[in-house]
Amino acid sequence: MGERLYIHRHSAVHSLPSHVKIVAVLLFVLVVVSTPITYWPAFVGFLILVIASSLAGKISVLTLSKRALIEVPFIFFAVLMPFVGTGERFELGPFNLYRDGLLAGISIVAKGTLGVLSAVILSTTTTAREILRGLERLRLPIIMVQIASFMLRYINVISDEMERMKIARLSRGFDATGVKHWKVIATSAAALFIRSYERGERVHLAMLSRGFDGELPHTEVRSVGYLTWLKALSIPTFALIISIFFRMNG
Amino acid sequence: MSNHPSLLINNLAFAYPDGNQALYGVNLRVEKGERVALLGPNGAGKTTLVLHMNGIHQTMQGEVFIAGEKVDSKNKESIRNIRSKVGIVFQDPDDQLFMPTVGEDVAFGPYNMGVRGAELEAIVDDALKLVGMSEYKDRPPHHLSFGQRRRVAVATVLAMKPEILVMDEPSSNLDPASRRELADILRSLDVTIVMVTHDLPYAYELCERAVILSGGIIVADDKTESILKNEKLLGTHRLELPVGFTLS
Repeated sequence: MGERLYIHRHSAVHSLPSHVKIVAVLLFVLVVVSTPITYWPAFVGFLILVIASSLAGKISVLTLSKRALIEVPFIFFAVLMPFVGTGERFELGPFNLYRDGLLAGISIVAKGTLGVLSAVILSTTTTAREILRGLERLRLPIIMVQIASFMLRYINVISDEMERMKIARLSRGFDATGVKHWKVIATSAAALFIRSYERGERVHLAMLSRGFDGELPHTEVRSVGYLTWLKALSIPTFALIISIFFRMNG
Repeated sequence: MSNHPSLLINNLAFAYPDGNQALYGVNLRVEKGERVALLGPNGAGKTTLVLHMNGIHQTMQGEVFIAGEKVDSKNKESIRNIRSKVGIVFQDPDDQLFMPTVGEDVAFGPYNMGVRGAELEAIVDDALKLVGMSEYKDRPPHHLSFGQRRRVAVATVLAMKPEILVMDEPSSNLDPASRRELADILRSLDVTIVMVTHDLPYAYELCERAVILSGGIIVADDKTESILKNEKLLGTHRLELPVGFTLS
């Protein structure tokens, strides 16, 4: 866990500094979201941009689409939208659909998918650690970055602990199958919480012993040339051009 | 400076806020360059004693000196200096290694002491080299084996160039090879070592001198060999040599 999303390759996308990539993704998503769905050719353009960056990052379209499946539970309601609502209705095959609902649903699915796809590219080409560094450089409050990096460090330790507790339960003939077992699970969760809390205390003690006084070391900031920025920002820029072009001609 | 003992404890007593008294007047003197085993049963107050050495626990009665400097947890400036002189390696390396990579973790201590840039890099490289973990510098700690993590934990305190290295159960949970490798590393270091352990053969192997802490006081202080040969003394304080182990 932690770094399982990252796929190690050598590519132009991998080598971009993380904060540059984060900015590019955010801007791209912003452009996508602000383009009305009725200019649908623009969305084809966006998708081509996403696939192009994915290929530039040496991620196959198959991997990309598989990872984007995480979106499915979230767009569930969007799929229902054409069936409920008010206003103009029309027939589509066996279905009787609401026009506004259909548009809103398609808009959520299209924009959501593009957002998820670009996030997948970011997380596949950047280690979680690098993303945190990037966020730190983008001036996300340091305390949030610290909390996230502690989480990243200890999530494996705690999930291992959880697994060991589960095995110990199983070894004594306990198998959670229904509601009546929730009490045991809840007790284990409480025990895990207490253990993690105590570990937190011990970690803090160990940090104090090495002279910790409230400030974590931050990494040296290497400045990024504007050519790098240009490379990364070309994607949202193209998106913006596409968006404006179809809006003017649409 | 150099003629001060690395560690000097005078009549140290301590009770936890809940009234549970852990130490009843401990006296201990460890000279520079010595390797001393601190033996004692569970609950003897070993960890409490260790946490007094760098001022995590405030002294209630008695005094602790590190290389002649008094440990005073109220004096911020001095406590910073004390913590750079006393390197504590805790029992669970996962408690100690919390930074995303091995290298950053080793840099944590010296960074807190104000070291930056190329000097910091050099210190990190040296410390990792001392424990034979140089090639793991950029790896996250959870990808290492337990023995490797323990070695990195040792490096994290060596990077602070301590006057005295305090190890809490250094051999616990190590496989025989890791145990031996760690022993080789510890022997190669030119630093005062206080080793808290129940692993009597390990104490015998590494330390010329041993003290027994039991019931909150030091009940024995002698050559490790003579202590381990005194079966009656060991037995009284819930210590036993492993079956089949004889001192050569």
